[in-house]
Amino acid sequence: MTTVNFGDLKKGMTARIAQTPEPKDEVLRLHEMGLIPGTEFRVIKIAPLGDPIEIDLRGYRLCLRKQEMTGFEVEVIG
Amino acid sequence: MKSKSSAKVPQKRVALVGNPNAGKTTLFNSLTGSRQKIANYPGVTVEQVSAFIEFEGVWAEFVDVPGLYSLDAVSEDEAVAVSVIHDKSFDLIVCVIDGSNLERNLFIYTQICALKKPIMVALTMVDRVEDKGEKLDVEKLEKLLKCKIVPIVGHKEKGIAALKKAIFQELAHPTISEPVIDRSDAVLPLKDRLNRMGFDLSVEELKAKIKEGEPAFEHYFDQFPELHPDYILAKEGLERHLDPSARYAWTSKVQKEVISQVKKPKRAVSTTDKLDLLLTHRVFGLAIFVAVMYFVFLSIYTFSTPAMDLIERGFALLGDASGKLLEGSPILKSLVVDGIIGGIGSVLVFLPQILVLFFFIALLEGTGYLARAAFLMDRLLGWCGLNGRAFIPLLSSFACAIPGIMAARVMPDQKSRLATILVAPLMSCSARLPVYMLLIGAFIEPQFGPFWAGFTLFAMHFLGFALAIPVVYFINKKILKGKRLPFLLELPPYQLPKWKDIFIAMYTRGKVFVMTAGTTILFMSILIWAAGYFPRYQPPTGMRQELAAEKQLEQSVLGRFGKGIEPVFRPLGFDWRISTAILSAFPAREVVVPSMGILFSLSKDDDKLDEKLTEKLHDAKWPDGKPLLTPWTAVGLMVFFALCAQCMSTLATVKRETNSRKWPWVMFIYMTVFAYLGALIVRGISFLFGAG
Repeated sequence: MTTVNFGDLKKGMTARIAQTPEPKDEVLRLHEMGLIPGTEFRVIKIAPLGDPIEIDLRGYRLCLRKQEMTGFEVEVIG
Repeated sequence: MKSKSSAKVPQKRVALVGNPNAGKTTLFNSLTGSRQKIANYPGVTVEQVSAFIEFEGVWAEFVDVPGLYSLDAVSEDEAVAVSVIHDKSFDLIVCVIDGSNLERNLFIYTQICALKKPIMVALTMVDRVEDKGEKLDVEKLEKLLKCKIVPIVGHKEKGIAALKKAIFQELAHPTISEPVIDRSDAVLPLKDRLNRMGFDLSVEELKAKIKEGEPAFEHYFDQFPELHPDYILAKEGLERHLDPSARYAWTSKVQKEVISQVKKPKRAVSTTDKLDLLLTHRVFGLAIFVAVMYFVFLSIYTFSTPAMDLIERGFALLGDASGKLLEGSPILKSLVVDGIIGGIGSVLVFLPQILVLFFFIALLEGTGYLARAAFLMDRLLGWCGLNGRAFIPLLSSFACAIPGIMAARVMPDQKSRLATILVAPLMSCSARLPVYMLLIGAFIEPQFGPFWAGFTLFAMHFLGFALAIPVVYFINKKILKGKRLPFLLELPPYQLPKWKDIFIAMYTRGKVFVMTAGTTILFMSILIWAAGYFPRYQPPTGMRQELAAEKQLEQSVLGRFGKGIEPVFRPLGFDWRISTAILSAFPAREVVVPSMGILFSLSKDDDKLDEKLTEKLHDAKWPDGKPLLTPWTAVGLMVFFALCAQCMSTLATVKRETNSRKWPWVMFIYMTVFAYLGALIVRGISFLFGAG
């Protein structure tokens, strides 16, 4: 399956995290929030100015900035 | 209260720990009410909120630890919260866990429980679980977490009473936490190999041996060197810190075991989602946002004005009354009336604005709208190193920087918060307005008409805002180095406001401000008063009172200082009178107008001060006969005032909020440099246009 960048996702899409950068500093925090390979999530909404993006993962919702999700590759599954 | 903190019985201490948005502060407020004590953790900007609570004759100190997602990968300010968890002086850790978001909330629990500390769990948001049509098996969860769990349903006093009782029971007979994630699997390969070699060691025996270290295995390695890699793996597996995926594997297993769908959710699409369709809509959402912010901003002005007038009038009456009592001693009278009462009055006047702003912040935060505001504005403020949460502090700073700086507290990330605090006073506050009005009225409007008058007023407000952007950028890139964690924002479900939380927020913020006003600011206003009062000038008999007041200020320490630094200000086109007026405005910006009144020989109590001052300003001349003020110097003076940090209450608030002497100085210096350069540039341009 082909992967896309997190920032390319559209509202309503369901995706699975395929690959993440090395879990250091900022990325470790994202891992601790549950954004690890295999995690499935749904894009709930995108802010009117294009960023941040709100996703639903592991039964909760979190807003993330595209720029801070650089290197997170996801598979679109729906 | 004093008797409790100094009680001879050793005080028990309880720490409330949990994720941001887990309902920790609401829980803390319900437990403690308004009896909260706010102090700074030593050396950092993070506040410690604590309160003493009694239960059946036993007292304990409760500490609300700042919200935390994890014990690892922490920024400096999160390190404070982590250190509280490691602090041995705490007798109980109460983990506040959001029952509707177990999988993530339990993450930090897997870390805390490994520390083998007295622990219990307060389970919040249980009603949300029910709304989703789910059932949470508390007994099962208790078994899995291996500690006492008290579910809190909504805001019912019953849940709080049960929690309080349980906390004091646990204090008497604590449950020591046990690691919930079993790491024994890591030793299995080593065990298997040893078993095959004929050594019958149990997992527990092996774990004990691994703890002893390599020497304990020396004789095995001598015989079977191939054991070594398995030993290293087992040792690492036991000691290495677990990566997030191992922890999430456990929390998601727990989530599946304790939560079961028992019926259909109450609504197919939640109310929150429906509201968000509107409130975060790209057109309506932004329009509503602008309307809400406009209303908040307007309220800071309008709702607080009557209270501010009342405070001003009250202090004026108090000043008059005490002035009459102290008629016999002019020094004492002036100290009390002008220094102390005037000083405190000019600061307490900000209290209504602070209360109004914190009413709205607590309201917007409690209902969940504040997070939406941050969501909408993040892109706009994010690129220069701030985030969406900076919007309200910056907007409020246009009314007054003091509540604005205090409102920067809505930003959990201390770096962004500090950057916001440092640029907040660049926003043109309402106290600068009288200065703009005076100068625009005197020099711009009569010569250039209302269009340019309006434009000048707008330009003065825009100037600080425009400069704030590069300043923030520079601060973030060059000054506040170190790691920056990702901006994480959660949009909590919308809720009806909780008046108790709103009241407590207003009360505690008001109290903090009054304390600052009563100490630092009072001291500084007495200092400035003395500088303007001493040494005394003896007016010859028959001298006009206004002239005597002018002479007094001229030869006071303040006036002399103003004269002394006239050469510094001369390149800007300001003489000693303007310099002195600027200096005297340090206690409150708007004082610059009456100060100029005195310096230009007017009575400061004159009803038509502005009108007369306009005339005087036009007539004022340099000793060589050139006019002192031209439209250009007026603009220079306005630019200076728009950018300078001539406001001691702001600086005192910055000191309080950043818990440091360094940042108010940084602010004062950079803003003064900006102000000077700004006025100098205006002067330079004026020469280009052939003025001067």
